[in-house]
Amino acid sequence: MNIFTKSAVAALIAGAATTSSAEEIKVGLLLPYAGVYAALGNDIEAGFRLGLETYGADTQDTFTVVAEDTEVKPPVGLAKAKKLALQDEVDVIVGVVSSGVLGAIRDFIDGAQVPLIVANAGNNEATGEDCSAYITRLSFSNAQVNRPMGQYLFDQGVKKVFTMAPDYAAGHQMIDAFTAAFEAAGGEVVGQDFTPFQQTQDFGPYLANAKASGADAVYVFYAGGEAISYVKQYDSFGLKADLPLYGSGFLTSSLYVNAEGPAAVGVVTSGYYVPTIDNPENAKFVEAFMAANDRLPSEYAVSGYDAAHALIQASAGGANDRAALADALRTVSFDGPRGATSIDPATNNIVQPIYVYETVAATEGDGLTQKVLEKLDPEQDPVNGCTLSN
Amino acid sequence: MDTGFWLFQILNALQLSMLLFLLSVGLTVIFGLMHFVNLAHGALYAFGAYVAATVSSTLGYWGAFILAPVAVAAIGFVLYATLIRSMRKSGPMAQVLVTFGLIFALLDLTRIIWGDLALGMQLPPILSGRIVLGELEYPVYRIFIIALGAFIFVTLALVLGRTQIGAMIRAGVDNDAMAACLGINVERLFFAVFCVGCALAGLAGVVAAPILSVTPDMGLQILIPTLIVIVIGGLGSLKGAITGSLIYGFVTTFGAVFLPGFSSVLIYALLAMVLVVRPTGLFPARG
Repeated sequence: MNIFTKSAVAALIAGAATTSSAEEIKVGLLLPYAGVYAALGNDIEAGFRLGLETYGADTQDTFTVVAEDTEVKPPVGLAKAKKLALQDEVDVIVGVVSSGVLGAIRDFIDGAQVPLIVANAGNNEATGEDCSAYITRLSFSNAQVNRPMGQYLFDQGVKKVFTMAPDYAAGHQMIDAFTAAFEAAGGEVVGQDFTPFQQTQDFGPYLANAKASGADAVYVFYAGGEAISYVKQYDSFGLKADLPLYGSGFLTSSLYVNAEGPAAVGVVTSGYYVPTIDNPENAKFVEAFMAANDRLPSEYAVSGYDAAHALIQASAGGANDRAALADALRTVSFDGPRGATSIDPATNNIVQPIYVYETVAATEGDGLTQKVLEKLDPEQDPVNGCTLSN
Repeated sequence: MDTGFWLFQILNALQLSMLLFLLSVGLTVIFGLMHFVNLAHGALYAFGAYVAATVSSTLGYWGAFILAPVAVAAIGFVLYATLIRSMRKSGPMAQVLVTFGLIFALLDLTRIIWGDLALGMQLPPILSGRIVLGELEYPVYRIFIIALGAFIFVTLALVLGRTQIGAMIRAGVDNDAMAACLGINVERLFFAVFCVGCALAGLAGVVAAPILSVTPDMGLQILIPTLIVIVIGGLGSLKGAITGSLIYGFVTTFGAVFLPGFSSVLIYALLAMVLVVRPTGLFPARG
């Protein structure tokens, strides 16, 4: 797909409502359109554009979108961020899927004082020790998604857990957050394996370790292609019956759960969004997204959608330049598809409920769907060394 | 950690080895015979997996099992006619560059045709489920992969070692100019071997699709292990390909069991060692 054609088609929203006070806000989308996260980038953009359409009438300002491809490479991401900020002179940047790219552009964003709405990258530091008044996160933090599962699993009667994740920063942050909460609840982690990131084809050897560990359950973080391989192989070894599989929601994301097929049935995970969340905002979102894209929205699409919602709320409050937008974005709060959604001004991270859900066979057709088992209280991250509130 | 555990891991190692063998044998024989480094071999494997995932929804697993290798061989045919034949005399550096570029062209082609989302492929009932071996339960499909790899190995060994075509191929590998002088149409032989090598890559794609995820970058992910297998085993020989595959399979599997933190380093350490002790690999076609 050619991003230049897409960006050429400027998204002029709410054109009918133009008055003398209306400003044009230029948005730079900084997403991967090539490489392993291309599907995520496309989903976030689809959500963002739908969000602009849905909420556009709330503000008098209009929006132009320029899209740039990070290729999931930190140096490319930095160059594109500079291009958006300095050459295109955008008022706000939205996007960033990879934590590596976010880490690379953090200092530039902070120094150039361009507001950035993070629509995926979940590294804890971005709203912790490396937080910035210009970086607002509308997606999640790695710890936020996994922390509640510690207590939840313990309450389900799981006392001993074996954990697995790919051996890179996000894998460790996700598992560490779960482990700390699970141990605090009184559980015991009997074994941990970190598999070589994007090099592991065969999880068989590790699964044997999990089986031999004497755990009651397995808790994992995997995403994308690795998640599909993992869930299928876990099932093929027949482990699901004796050793239930739990994990963070990315394991059975609606984006690719159908590629996992029946192997995913019965897997219980925690995430901030599934298409089956029961609230009016989500019903509206799912219907509109299906109509526009002919597929269900994923947790990635909702981050794009909510990023647009937050941006429009900020602009409706009168903010239309970089400094004002950065300030306004820190205080947004709305009811979105995931429920009550707000920004914690102490860290600029999102505060949102976490949903525990089970993947089940759909009652109609032969696909899979998500059954929400429990909605856990809104999760607010600790300050983690962020000095924004001082 | 009982005997069941070890048998389980040995089977895991064999299964990984056989998957890599299917890929590396095509690549290594093409190299041995044609002195042609086809880095796009992994992309052909990904293509096979995509074709398999697509046709399996209508034709079932066995339809894909037949069709994907044929489709990949057809792509091999096109590649040979358009690019590879004219690159034959241009030296390894140009060949590596061209086939390296081909990786990305094919990768984007799969993205354009099939999109960025990963695909899945379901198994036929006869291959799903598990069989009980004493105290151990093991997936039938993994046993099937091991058996298939062993079958391909035995077939290739017989063809290369016991038939006239095999003798011609071996002659071509040893000294292509002399073989041509003796009346062997080396060019046609190359072409046939290239297509068979591509078909095997396609076969590896079908076989891998149900247990792995079918993603655009799966060809890139498998390329490095395949090259490691070939460098350890030695270029151009069947014996090298099977030995290299077994070494890779066992070292990564048992590395993951004993030294989980180092499992990805171990194989590179071994690779470096082999290169120091035997720079041409363990069983090169030409010593």
